[in-house]
Amino acid sequence: MELLTRLTQCSAVSGNEEHIVSIIKDEIRDYVDETYTDNLGNLIAHKKGDGKRLLFAAHTDEIGIMANYIDDCGYIRFACVGKVNLYAALYQRVRFSSDVYGVVCCDAKHDIKNGLKTKDMYIDIGASSKEEALSLVSPGDTASFCGDFRISGDKIISKALDNRAGVYSLVQAIKRINYNSFDLYFVFSSQKELGLRGVKPAVYNINPDIAISVDVTDTGDTPNCEVNDIKLGSGVAVKIMDKSVITHKGLRNAICQIAKDSGIDYQYEIITFRDNDAGAMQTIRGGAVTGALSVPVRYIHTPCETAQISDINACISLICEICKKDFILV
Amino acid sequence: MLKILTELDGVSGNEKAVSDFIISQVSYLSDDTIVDSMGNIIFFKKGKKNNNRKIAVFAHMDEVGLIVSDITDDGYIKFAKVGGIDDRILLTQRVRVGEKGIEGFVGIKAVHLQGNDERKKVVKTEDLYIDIGASDKEDAKKYVSKGDYISFVSEFTRLHDRRFKAKAVDDRAGCGVMMELMKDRYDADIYFCFTVQEEVGLRGAKVLTHRIEPDIAFILEATTASDTPFTPEHLYATSLGKGPVISLMDSGAYSDKELNDFVVRVATERGINFQYKLTSNGGNDSRAVQTEATGCRVCSISLPCRYIHSPVCVADGGDYDNMKKLIKAVLNDIDEFDNRNDGLGGEN
Repeated sequence: MELLTRLTQCSAVSGNEEHIVSIIKDEIRDYVDETYTDNLGNLIAHKKGDGKRLLFAAHTDEIGIMANYIDDCGYIRFACVGKVNLYAALYQRVRFSSDVYGVVCCDAKHDIKNGLKTKDMYIDIGASSKEEALSLVSPGDTASFCGDFRISGDKIISKALDNRAGVYSLVQAIKRINYNSFDLYFVFSSQKELGLRGVKPAVYNINPDIAISVDVTDTGDTPNCEVNDIKLGSGVAVKIMDKSVITHKGLRNAICQIAKDSGIDYQYEIITFRDNDAGAMQTIRGGAVTGALSVPVRYIHTPCETAQISDINACISLICEICKKDFILV
Repeated sequence: MLKILTELDGVSGNEKAVSDFIISQVSYLSDDTIVDSMGNIIFFKKGKKNNNRKIAVFAHMDEVGLIVSDITDDGYIKFAKVGGIDDRILLTQRVRVGEKGIEGFVGIKAVHLQGNDERKKVVKTEDLYIDIGASDKEDAKKYVSKGDYISFVSEFTRLHDRRFKAKAVDDRAGCGVMMELMKDRYDADIYFCFTVQEEVGLRGAKVLTHRIEPDIAFILEATTASDTPFTPEHLYATSLGKGPVISLMDSGAYSDKELNDFVVRVATERGINFQYKLTSNGGNDSRAVQTEATGCRVCSISLPCRYIHSPVCVADGGDYDNMKKLIKAVLNDIDEFDNRNDGLGGEN
């Protein structure tokens, strides 16, 4: 869990993925033929093979906030980067890349029953003047939410499991793949939380035959939640549909067959919200045969996202098995 | 120059007058000129040094406006909006209709005839019409056809203290700056791109990006200034007179951090004032340029402009000059900007 701890605690708000990219690069460079980054900050790894081009993508970025105005007293006004739930953000700690900590607050007179908007909110970094604040944080600096990595029974709690759970799965799989019948590309994509932006040019450049996204999904196993069949502990989720994509039927059937044959726990994912890199990959250029694997995570986009270790392990195993099999799509 | 540019009509999809003018003025400065199927213009200017990076500068030629959707039996013109226009600004505006440039006015039921409730409501586009003084449908049809474009009429006017008022400052300001930039030759190869149909969804830029696949792009724009009464300072977005605006993040694009830092460094070294955009609303061609095709690092540099998307855009001549200075300096020094990426097929 040491690597997952490092990955989740690393700060990589959309558009600022360089730090996490360097961690991933160090982890995988001995297991692939080449790595490079592109104009959007995607990290791409290539493991050569003779078969069709198979691409896996896991986004590295997380939601956060961006400082945009610092007032005379040193308080910071901010914008959300990605879909931040402001109610979940209120009175949370945030950390700027300069290692400055702050608290998300709302104007004292503002009644949150009347709604909550960023224009009524600010971040207190403990500065007592504009000059002091500006010496610590500049407009454009981003901060991620603080959320320690904790193990609780067979579950883990942390910030940014969306999508470090997916990143970790892909990194561990890359280390374990000892035979591949495909020409393999691994994209650690940027700016997904801003609208699937990084993966688009990466997929355009690689032009894969098959593309599989590795991300997280919401579960339906908490009190009074949006009903779906996904449960923590029931294995890796094979996506059928979300708001952005309907996956290729032949590919997902093949993936499920591989899981069955290899004794890997899996479940289907059908949700009507959230978007996924798969949505972009499916329609870029000539379009790739597209699928998606998801690690089930509760409380997505909060500092206490919760996942189960066995689901992550199932995800790793399934990625390895998919790379091995020279499956035929029907 | 800005006077001529802003007084030309070029509602999205009908940029011909603007593009003809631009071509007539600057094509002699270009080494290779392409006008594509949508009407985008690309002027390529070879660099003094050999360079394998593709650098592009973008400004859009189109402006928001209206289009004729129907002519009533009484000879009034019904219309639809082209691009984002606030319904509230339309009332009693002076407009120019069609290629013949017929003058008209946006009309509404006279105040005496309105009930109390009606007076309080914002009038919707559907309830408005344009009066060109025609006596009936047949008469109107002599001058106007369905699908004709309608532009605001608003002369370029100098205001106090280098400020000015005009229509279409978004984005003739960017066009004007770019025409000026083309007069110089730089070390790097530069593609100067005048795009169409930005206001209806960045359509021109999308196509153009596929053609040139730039590595670095600067988007020259006009952006909201809201340093006006009743707005708290942290919601100003930008202010007039504080210099060209560098975007951090808008609803469509996240500016490349290193490219932004580079622009800021150039501005600081040369003592050119600049400001950041303090809000994250709105979007421009950078969205398309950043993620279409092979992907590109983007940075938006804009002229702050009050009452944008209206016939009375107010902007500052000093900001305009500083915008020119800043971008010129950036293009001169662009070889000093170091790519973070190691390029396709790079090191292990």
